[in-house]
Amino acid sequence: MKQFEALTRKKDHQPVRYLIVDDSVFARKSLAKMVESFGGQVAGEAGDGCTAITEYTRTKPDIVLMDITMPQMEGIEAVERIVQEHPDARVVMVSSVGYQDNILAALQKGARHFVQKPVKPDALYEIIRYVLNDDGVTAPVGARGEN
Amino acid sequence: MRMDLIQPFIGALDTVLSEMTKSTATIADLTMEEEGYRKKGLAAIVTFKGQVEGRIVLDMEPGVAVAIAGYLAGAEVDPADAMVSEAVCELANMVIGNAVTQLNDRGFQFKVFPPQILTQEQCEKAGQSSEATVLRFQTPSGNVHLNIAMHYYARRGRERSTVSVR
Repeated sequence: MKQFEALTRKKDHQPVRYLIVDDSVFARKSLAKMVESFGGQVAGEAGDGCTAITEYTRTKPDIVLMDITMPQMEGIEAVERIVQEHPDARVVMVSSVGYQDNILAALQKGARHFVQKPVKPDALYEIIRYVLNDDGVTAPVGARGEN
Repeated sequence: MRMDLIQPFIGALDTVLSEMTKSTATIADLTMEEEGYRKKGLAAIVTFKGQVEGRIVLDMEPGVAVAIAGYLAGAEVDPADAMVSEAVCELANMVIGNAVTQLNDRGFQFKVFPPQILTQEQCEKAGQSSEATVLRFQTPSGNVHLNIAMHYYARRGRERSTVSVR
């Protein structure tokens, strides 16, 4: 997989930490590979919205990648509950279902962005840079983990 | 069955396969089926409810499933690996999600349920009382079948504002 300039946290130059939420193990693994190619670190994984809420509190990630259609609790409700408790949470919706109503509902509940599957690594990288805004910086490939 | 409901699925399968496998899928044939469903290989089923109701089965020959799992995983995958089934579900999720997005943006509203691997029991149910359109796609790794059985409920369309669908 293509390697990107490592995205790190501006405050301590540590890797950006991600919580990956998707009911498909395959999708989680695929996203994990992608964020690792961005120089990131997987802080936790969840297969449904309920687990995502507890995992968010436990891991305090910098970015959440959240699927929409999941068993038990869907992604949009999980975003709402995470953002209610943690207003600074940065959640990016990642779903194959990308119709207007869904996107609007997710953004209204507090999601910061939306990306449709199949996810293109370049597109996700740019979205994460945008969502991190001033809290993220890039370092050239090969300079990962250096302060 | 309305072709305007089917067309987005054809386009989505082509787009997703092209994107993920860097190859093209061509339609080899289109048939109608009324009998019980028979799996051709590894299959995932997605059901939906609302203004459009029904189910879609994405069924692929084992060779194609393994090849796609390998493409998606970025490494060679053992045919017996559970990752192969997962890959079929994820591919179904992407194809159907992309098609549903197009249909929803055209005004059809319905809720989609997560894909599941098609079991023999579901197979029998899937073939009951439903006429299906079956599209066979050829890919460099083998055949992929898209089995579509769905109905459009115009009345629900007129009552759309009162129907709670996503």
